[in-house]
Amino acid sequence: MSSTNSTNSANSTGSMPEIHVRDLHKSFGDNEVLRGIDLEVNSGEVVCVIGPSGSGKSTLLRCVNLLEEPTKGQVFVGGTEVTHPDVDIDAVRRRIGMVFQQFNLFPHLTVTENLTLPQRRVLGRDKDAAAKVAADNLERVGLSEKAAAYPASLSGGQQQRVAIARALAMGPEVMLFDEPTSALDPELVGDVLAVMRMLANEGMTMIVVTHEMTFAREVADRVVFMDGGVIVEDGTPAQVIGNPSHERTRHFLSRLLDPAMAEVEEETSDQVGKNR
Amino acid sequence: MSGTDTRVQPRKSGLTRRQKRALSRGIQYAVFLAAVVALGATADWDRLQNQFAQADLAERMFPDIITLALKNTVLYTLSGFAFGLALGMVIALMRLSPVGPYRWLAGIYIEFFRGLPALLIFIFVGVAVPLAFPGTEIPGGTYGKVALALGLVAAAYMAETIRAGIQAVPKGQMEAARSLGFSHTRAMVSIIIPQAFRIVIPPLTNELVLLFKDSSLVLFLGVTLEERELAKFGRDLASETANSTPILVAGLCYLLVTIPLGFVVRRLEAKAGEATK
Repeated sequence: MSSTNSTNSANSTGSMPEIHVRDLHKSFGDNEVLRGIDLEVNSGEVVCVIGPSGSGKSTLLRCVNLLEEPTKGQVFVGGTEVTHPDVDIDAVRRRIGMVFQQFNLFPHLTVTENLTLPQRRVLGRDKDAAAKVAADNLERVGLSEKAAAYPASLSGGQQQRVAIARALAMGPEVMLFDEPTSALDPELVGDVLAVMRMLANEGMTMIVVTHEMTFAREVADRVVFMDGGVIVEDGTPAQVIGNPSHERTRHFLSRLLDPAMAEVEEETSDQVGKNR
Repeated sequence: MSGTDTRVQPRKSGLTRRQKRALSRGIQYAVFLAAVVALGATADWDRLQNQFAQADLAERMFPDIITLALKNTVLYTLSGFAFGLALGMVIALMRLSPVGPYRWLAGIYIEFFRGLPALLIFIFVGVAVPLAFPGTEIPGGTYGKVALALGLVAAAYMAETIRAGIQAVPKGQMEAARSLGFSHTRAMVSIIIPQAFRIVIPPLTNELVLLFKDSSLVLFLGVTLEERELAKFGRDLASETANSTPILVAGLCYLLVTIPLGFVVRRLEAKAGEATK
């Protein structure tokens, strides 16, 4: 363990992947959810993780910023070993933005306060600087006019875009998305995906756990298919979605791409780029 | 038998279900009314009036019962509440701590102080503390002692209320805060506790009502004339005049505060219920 650690801290610039997951295991009691994951994500790369529920996708994501503590294995983010016992996890998490399925906005704060409070408490920014960053990021997600509103008065799609803006306001190097559109009504999915597409185009390093196959096909540089706690297939969208080489991948995709799914896909591609 | 063919069963009594319900309710009202009338007719109203409703005696209590006794009751209650809230918060956080001994200590504290009558705590604070630490004065004199005794009891109840409030904040809130780089403590202070407090305001107000009544136990601490609160004030005058009117008046003064507070609690609860949808 310690030998691999020293070799990796040697070259924190250059050829290192932005995120490097090595032989990651995670068990909840007797239930082994992750059974040895190896994954590299390069700077600026967008990786979509797909797979049936219970396959360990979300757990993998949550292990990257240590919301779940891995049972075994290592995770490196930007050259820092996140899983090292001595690492300041709060400092690491500042560099990793995370977006949740349930938005998790702070309901007792206004939209602007949701963005400014973390900047001020965690990054120590002064009031004016934090307000400026908040306003800029709300504009990026197209919600400047909701600055003074409380989360409860926003639609799900708007809440999720605020949650993305809140993560962006911290200036992260990496963004993790945990099924960001799964809790949304179908007609609200498009706006959120549009924001994520914009981020991808700007060169943000992203890992996206999603069921949105259109998004994965069009935006992802790589698609990873997980099942039973292992990565079954890892390749370009054309390979993994277009021409899967494993039976399990094919089975999963065929179930997903039934008529009901096709309808959702059409809607999302129609709405892309449109901001309300 | 009758359970098997309920479909087209003719009613034996010839009453519809609604009629039956009205009849049964009418009987309940009649019994209640009869009991009240019987009590009213058999009670000795003259003696009651003599003992509890002497107008001149009641008059003699004003304005002291308000300016002194009620004021002191309010002061005792608020100081006890403030101390209890601070201590209760600490105990609630200990109860939720990942550190085992903290949890056990908090658990023991809660069980201990919830299991004892408040009266015993007052006697303990009044007698045992000066004995155990001779020469030390509890700061604030009687006010300090009452705050300590009331606070010790209140903290046990409030700790459980606050713990429940903290646990009622969705888990995702802590996860979101941690993912933004908040430490556990910072997240608690900035994100979780403010939300928990909104949840526990109604039950804490309820606790305030209970404390308001428990402040009558100051009786057992031994207080100066100026430090008397409602119950002591009423009782002193009652034994002085060998008449219970002062007790009744003191009781009305309690209701003057507790009934509006109870109304506030119900309003807060209704509002909280609305907010959670």
